Amino acid sequence: MYVAVKGGEQAIESAHAWLAEERRGDLNIAELSIAQIREQLKLAVDRVMAEGSLYDPDLAALAIKQSRGDLIEAIFLIRAYRTTLPRFGASEPVDTGAMACDRRISATFKDLPGGQVLGPTFDYTHRLLDFKLAADGETPDAPSRESVPGDVPHVTEFLNREGLIEEAPHDDTPPPDLTREPLEMPADRALRLQALTRADEGFTLGLAYSTQRGYARNHAFVGELRIGKVAVEMDIPELGFAIEIGEVTLTECETVNQFKGSKTEPPQFTRGYGLVFGQSERKAISMALVDRALRWEELGEDNVGAPAQDTEFVLYHADNIQATGFLEHIKLPHYVDFQSELELVRKLRREAGADQVQEAAE
Amino acid sequence: MKDAFEENAERKAWMGLLSKAPEGRVAALLDAAMARPDFTWLRTPEIGSTMVRGRAGGTGAPFNIGEVTVTRCALTLASGEVGHAYIQGRRKSDAEAAALVDALMQTGQAGAVRKSVLEALEAERSAATIARANKAAATKVEFFTMTRGED
Repeated sequence: MYVAVKGGEQAIESAHAWLAEERRGDLNIAELSIAQIREQLKLAVDRVMAEGSLYDPDLAALAIKQSRGDLIEAIFLIRAYRTTLPRFGASEPVDTGAMACDRRISATFKDLPGGQVLGPTFDYTHRLLDFKLAADGETPDAPSRESVPGDVPHVTEFLNREGLIEEAPHDDTPPPDLTREPLEMPADRALRLQALTRADEGFTLGLAYSTQRGYARNHAFVGELRIGKVAVEMDIPELGFAIEIGEVTLTECETVNQFKGSKTEPPQFTRGYGLVFGQSERKAISMALVDRALRWEELGEDNVGAPAQDTEFVLYHADNIQATGFLEHIKLPHYVDFQSELELVRKLRREAGADQVQEAAE
Repeated sequence: MKDAFEENAERKAWMGLLSKAPEGRVAALLDAAMARPDFTWLRTPEIGSTMVRGRAGGTGAPFNIGEVTVTRCALTLASGEVGHAYIQGRRKSDAEAAALVDALMQTGQAGAVRKSVLEALEAERSAATIARANKAAATKVEFFTMTRGED
């Protein structure tokens, strides 16, 4: 039986008005602007763009303001907005080898062409609260040094020359798109990478950490981590050639993983890959570790039953918008469902009670 | 006479530059240089998205990373030249200015537009890129050996 009930309109309206008031907070404190969020909470903006799957810093900043800093709520807003946009096309695959790098490090080679460039990193800070930021502090100018123009080669190219690492051969197969077709198993690597790049950072981090702790361990080294801007080029049919339509900041992580070899592959290093919108190296490294763990089948490794090897488990639980939607729906009215459960429990108890009375009598 | 490839290469370069210009910049440079010509819309400014792709391992099979917002439009000058714009973000008036520049670059005013709009954009962009690269270069690690462990 379906029972429709009405009510709560006034309560909902009042709740939303109060939400707006709470969002604004104390009126004696200056209101945050979108530009302030975009410029000063940049890493939050980057996370919302990566998991919202839409690169637009102003929109992400607006979503953060609207959601009062609840990043999953902000990601939800971005995903909802994204569906209203007509799709003009797909870009040529970006060339990360031509990235204008802010940061580029390798944990495997000390002296590599292009060098170890730290960039604006939290690494080597002491993680002590800086009370100067609580006051209106002037920031010192960052030092400059003359740079050498030109592309920075990928670290894996050096290992490739000796044939010690698996190749990532050029391929132009059009990738599947999970924003157009529902995610179905088996998922090829292109689909897995799309799901992982927009996956929840915390979930991806937890899975990656589980591989390091021994659940499908794959001995990853960060072969290279780079952060910077790449141009986005798209073919324009009305022009008959491709043009740059913009540029995006990306974080790329290539792991180099130990591999003893299998029936089909010689002993060599294998690779995991992470590529994420914005500056987000925790996410990019996590993505690379999980990508590598999910490749067990094509590399002929054993399935040890670890969560990070289970494509279905990983991909169906990595999306925080799907997860939060299903999780949070249980707080919405289930009065009728619950009423029937209540009836059932009462009935079972009556029957059990009758049995007990029967037993006592015997 | 220039061949088609070279002609495309030039147009490709200026359209790329226009797509990445900061908000309001193209319009400001254009309006400072000349009065806007009359035009009719072929396609009024429209906001949409482009799916950005990467390659597995940097060089392998393509995959979808996520979308980027893009504004596009097309117009015809009274003299017949067609200007197109595809620019990053949600910026309708910037798209209009970019399409006008694209069209004007095909007219006798190309030299003036190049000088006052494109060269200025190029110079600003290159200065910003170099300043950032120089800050990165200042964070490059210089290793030196303190002691060797073997003796």
